[in-house]
Amino acid sequence: MRFLHPARVGYAVRGQVADLGRAARLFGRLMRLSGPTLARFGLVRDQIHFLGNYSLAIIAISGLFVGFVLGLQGYYILQRYGSAEALGQLVALTLVRELGPVVTALLFAGRAGTSLTAEIGLMKAGEQLAAMEMMAVDPVRRILAPRLWGGIIAMPLLGAVFSAVGILGGWVVGVVMIGVDSGSFWSQMQGGVEVWKDVGNGLVKSFVFGIAVTFIALWQGYEAHPTPEGVSRATTRTVVSASLTVLGLDFILTAMMFSL
Amino acid sequence: MPLTAPSPLVECRDLRFGYGNRPILDGVSFTVPQGKVTALMGASGGGKTTVLRLIGGQVRPQGGSLRFEGQEVAALDRSGLYAIRRRMGMLFQFGALFTDLSVFDNVAFPLREHTHLPEALVRDIVLMKLQAVGLRGARDLMPSEISGGMARRVALARAIALDPALVMYDEPFAGLDPISLGTAAQLIRQLNDALGITSLVVSHDLEETFRIADQVIILAGGKIAAQGSPAEVMASQDPLVRQFVHAQADGPVRFHYPGPTVDQDFGPAGAPSRGGQR
Repeated sequence: MRFLHPARVGYAVRGQVADLGRAARLFGRLMRLSGPTLARFGLVRDQIHFLGNYSLAIIAISGLFVGFVLGLQGYYILQRYGSAEALGQLVALTLVRELGPVVTALLFAGRAGTSLTAEIGLMKAGEQLAAMEMMAVDPVRRILAPRLWGGIIAMPLLGAVFSAVGILGGWVVGVVMIGVDSGSFWSQMQGGVEVWKDVGNGLVKSFVFGIAVTFIALWQGYEAHPTPEGVSRATTRTVVSASLTVLGLDFILTAMMFSL
Repeated sequence: MPLTAPSPLVECRDLRFGYGNRPILDGVSFTVPQGKVTALMGASGGGKTTVLRLIGGQVRPQGGSLRFEGQEVAALDRSGLYAIRRRMGMLFQFGALFTDLSVFDNVAFPLREHTHLPEALVRDIVLMKLQAVGLRGARDLMPSEISGGMARRVALARAIALDPALVMYDEPFAGLDPISLGTAAQLIRQLNDALGITSLVVSHDLEETFRIADQVIILAGGKIAAQGSPAEVMASQDPLVRQFVHAQADGPVRFHYPGPTVDQDFGPAGAPSRGGQR
């Protein structure tokens, strides 16, 4: 088959490796710029506001519905074993350890990640990044780094909102509508959820997803072909690769956390 | 005794550059004298914008030497490049204003990034620069609310915000209406003389460019086809330069893209046509 010709395979692999290398170099530069970026916190604050605020509605509403479903499904499963009063613990652990960070990251990739990619890609297409370079202002430092830190800080906050709203949703369905005992709902939750092991794990996940999703979005925008078609492809790629990365990382992080 | 002429701001010698196997510049040598308006002209895709990018250090030459204020641009690292770029202003073809910032904040951007001036002083400088381009009243508008000609004037105010030694204009006249076009040309000349800067204009608008330039360089086929004052270039007998300055459709630069001959495509003249006779 023609497309399996060794030269073509080699060319494609070399291209991928070169892409990976460039991405790693950009990531390294962004990490080295962390100090100066956080020192100029006004720019980061604007990005936390922009990325966080605009994702808040979709995250809160999704959290509520995920909580509803968890309350309902959880109740019917637990009831079979006569332990419906453990519903609070089940809902809270599922959200805090797993669904909170993961679903938040997926929604964040779709809502904030795409807008980051499109913004950077259009700045590139409009020669704004080149103009900045010619003004002796480093676009990686001035544009990319504050956005990366905005995403890293916003993600755990959004994940916390998602989990909190989800727990309330589970409470509404389980306690208010089905009639699980309110006291055991909350006390089982309090007894079964550990701050460092469970909430801490969820925070670490959110933090890692924040780095991954925001960096992928920025990288895709920065590398986009400066044409309308190129920007639209880059936004699509952001969603696809950020979502897959989040799911893959989630498995790795979960495995690491249980083995610790 | 006459003063010795100041050393040129930009000095290119035997400059070579290409994308892939396609040479864009093939041994180009010229100087940009201080305090003058130099125009760089030539057909589209002839490497004019590439020269600006080489001077700004955005791309590196594949051969030859390019000096800005005596410094070899290709030999500079990132911080060295940023240091010389603070001595340059560049006006991009469509202005390249930051679309999320107002006119005022666009002009203030380089000041806020590079200086620690108090905000009151930044305001005064920005308003002075906007006054110079006639847009002091437009300070609160967003880039989406102003016309293309105005956007370029704002970009010009931004380019001169840090009082550069050299201002480079990439196609400043492209797509402007006659009034904006005349304004833009006058502005380039006035700013050059009033601020004592050096201007390098890339353009193919003959009339306006010849009116304001002190020196004209015509690039063709990766080499310099003509160089001199506008009058000297106008009087040039070089067929290619004549075609360019007299805007003839056909000449050394062909109107027809290379392809099969007319006879091959349509059959020899006088032969019956292949289509009809049914």
